[in-house]
Amino acid sequence: MDLSLIIMQLLSGIALGAVLVITALGLTIVFGMLGVVNFAHGALFMIGAYAGLYLASLTGSFWWGLLLAPILIGAFGMLIEFVLIRRLYGRSIDDPLLLTFGLSYILVEGVRIVFGSDGIPFPTPPQLIGVLDLGIGFFPRYRLFVIALVAVVLLALWLTLEKTRIGLIVRAGARDPTIMQVLGVDIGRVWLAIFGLGVGLAALGGVLAGPMRSVNPEMGSLVLAEAFVVTVIGGLGSIVGAVVAGLMVGISISLVALFAPEMATIVMFALMAVVLLIRPQGLFGVRGRTA
Amino acid sequence: MTSPPSGEVIAEPAPSGLSRILDHRVLLSIVVLALLPWLLPSKALAVNVLIYGVVVMGYNLLFGYTGLLSFGQAAFFGAGAYFTGIAIGRYGVPWFAAVPIAVFLSTCLAAAIGIVSTRTRGIYFSMVTLALAQLVYYVALQAASFTGGENGLRGFTVDRISLFGLHVNFLDPVNKYYVLMAFAGLAMWFQSRILNSPFGAVIEAIRENEQRARACGYDVERSKLVVFMLSGAISSLGGCMLALHLSIVPLDILHYQTSGMIVMMVLLGGARSFFGPFVGAASFLILEDVISLWTPHWQIFVGAIFVLFVLFLPKGIWGTMLDALGVGKARP
Repeated sequence: MDLSLIIMQLLSGIALGAVLVITALGLTIVFGMLGVVNFAHGALFMIGAYAGLYLASLTGSFWWGLLLAPILIGAFGMLIEFVLIRRLYGRSIDDPLLLTFGLSYILVEGVRIVFGSDGIPFPTPPQLIGVLDLGIGFFPRYRLFVIALVAVVLLALWLTLEKTRIGLIVRAGARDPTIMQVLGVDIGRVWLAIFGLGVGLAALGGVLAGPMRSVNPEMGSLVLAEAFVVTVIGGLGSIVGAVVAGLMVGISISLVALFAPEMATIVMFALMAVVLLIRPQGLFGVRGRTA
Repeated sequence: MTSPPSGEVIAEPAPSGLSRILDHRVLLSIVVLALLPWLLPSKALAVNVLIYGVVVMGYNLLFGYTGLLSFGQAAFFGAGAYFTGIAIGRYGVPWFAAVPIAVFLSTCLAAAIGIVSTRTRGIYFSMVTLALAQLVYYVALQAASFTGGENGLRGFTVDRISLFGLHVNFLDPVNKYYVLMAFAGLAMWFQSRILNSPFGAVIEAIRENEQRARACGYDVERSKLVVFMLSGAISSLGGCMLALHLSIVPLDILHYQTSGMIVMMVLLGGARSFFGPFVGAASFLILEDVISLWTPHWQIFVGAIFVLFVLFLPKGIWGTMLDALGVGKARP
């Protein structure tokens, strides 16, 4: 096997993994803070892709879609937290999960009503069409852009969490919400913002994935399973875990696709099973809460 | 240490007449199911209620009684259907042998998935079961030479049921219903026995307080694995019934939407009650039937109704009714 081919496939895997990282990150941040697993995450990813497509055609520019879709869908996520999820704090941990599952039904069917059941092609922005010569081979420009953008978003998130006052409140709130309330922090508002951020990241993942996959109402169900696999491997609630596991899954899918294409969709589940057998709490998970 | 308490031996102070009648939950359920085809608008709907009722009942053992919210029950429902279809269509096994073989193989699958997933707790368990069930879906999709891939499994038809010299025309909807009802009756008897056994008390103890159950000396991990397998076995019987009924197995049966539908049904009816799963399956299917008459987008209404149930009626239709009547330690 040609080495440069493997390196190109590795890069492909990183691009694929980058979208997974963004999507799983939204899931894991919300769980880390609120203790809620959002089963509508895949559906919101799909809505993000549709919103990006719609806004791009409305404004005539992909870039407006990329910017506005995560913000709008993130705000929609805040509405979901405010109207529905908030009622369930203090009840069984299964309840938010069941509620968001029901919600995903409504969202998917809603998109079918508005945009139809058939897939819609998501055009690549004209500036990023074509391939770039990397010396060892040609690589699609758009995928390079995805990798770079995800790296920037991750860096911004990391700086916000580690270096700012808001980040301090968020980290402290994840550790002990009661003490934060005693200290005079309105934890309800923090949770609202975090849920919005998580949903916004799902939508961003959806817009980024748009030109790489076809956009259809069912695209969310595979994404949900993928995001679950990534968070389980990385450790639920762990941001580093989501990044490492996301890239790991993306790269393994790409490399396996090279040697045994029919195994490509199966490999990530096998990877998850192996991790669970060796380390039930995930690579970076904390033992106790989940395993 | 005395022997562990079994489900129903805790003495009740003078049970009311209604309570005493409702304690015969298997017989009562069978009577209601026997009347069902004459109460519902179509025989096909009644057959579906029967099949999904059994699937959801098996799932209730896991979710309602043990408190494990799995999102992967479709794997066993589907496995039961596929194994039955493959045994009959590919290997020419007669139906009465194909069903036990399929249940056995599905239980082995449940053991494999259970070993991995019961190592995790809480929300993790839901995510892992969902992911592993999706793995089964993709395996079935890829192994098209065995399963028919995207087109589903075809090429096996059971048109006559013969046992002990007795022949029944299986194409007649009424006959079909009552033959399948025999399977459902068997499953209900089995489930009731499990719930009445000491093991049934152990799984409820795990639901109520896992740490205390462990402190009492019960092997929580092994009990979870066993209940996962039993639940898979009962749900797979529903799959066998589906295969016999439809003579095809659609690939969608393995999709996580099916798992989600099973979860919805158990919640609509009422988790942790014996007959709740049948009430849930009937409500869901009637809802689907009625709403799809005037709009193809019935899922949006089903989703909304489900959300309302989670918010305001978490015990479901049957569970809320039982509470209101205040009857039956056995929660019929």
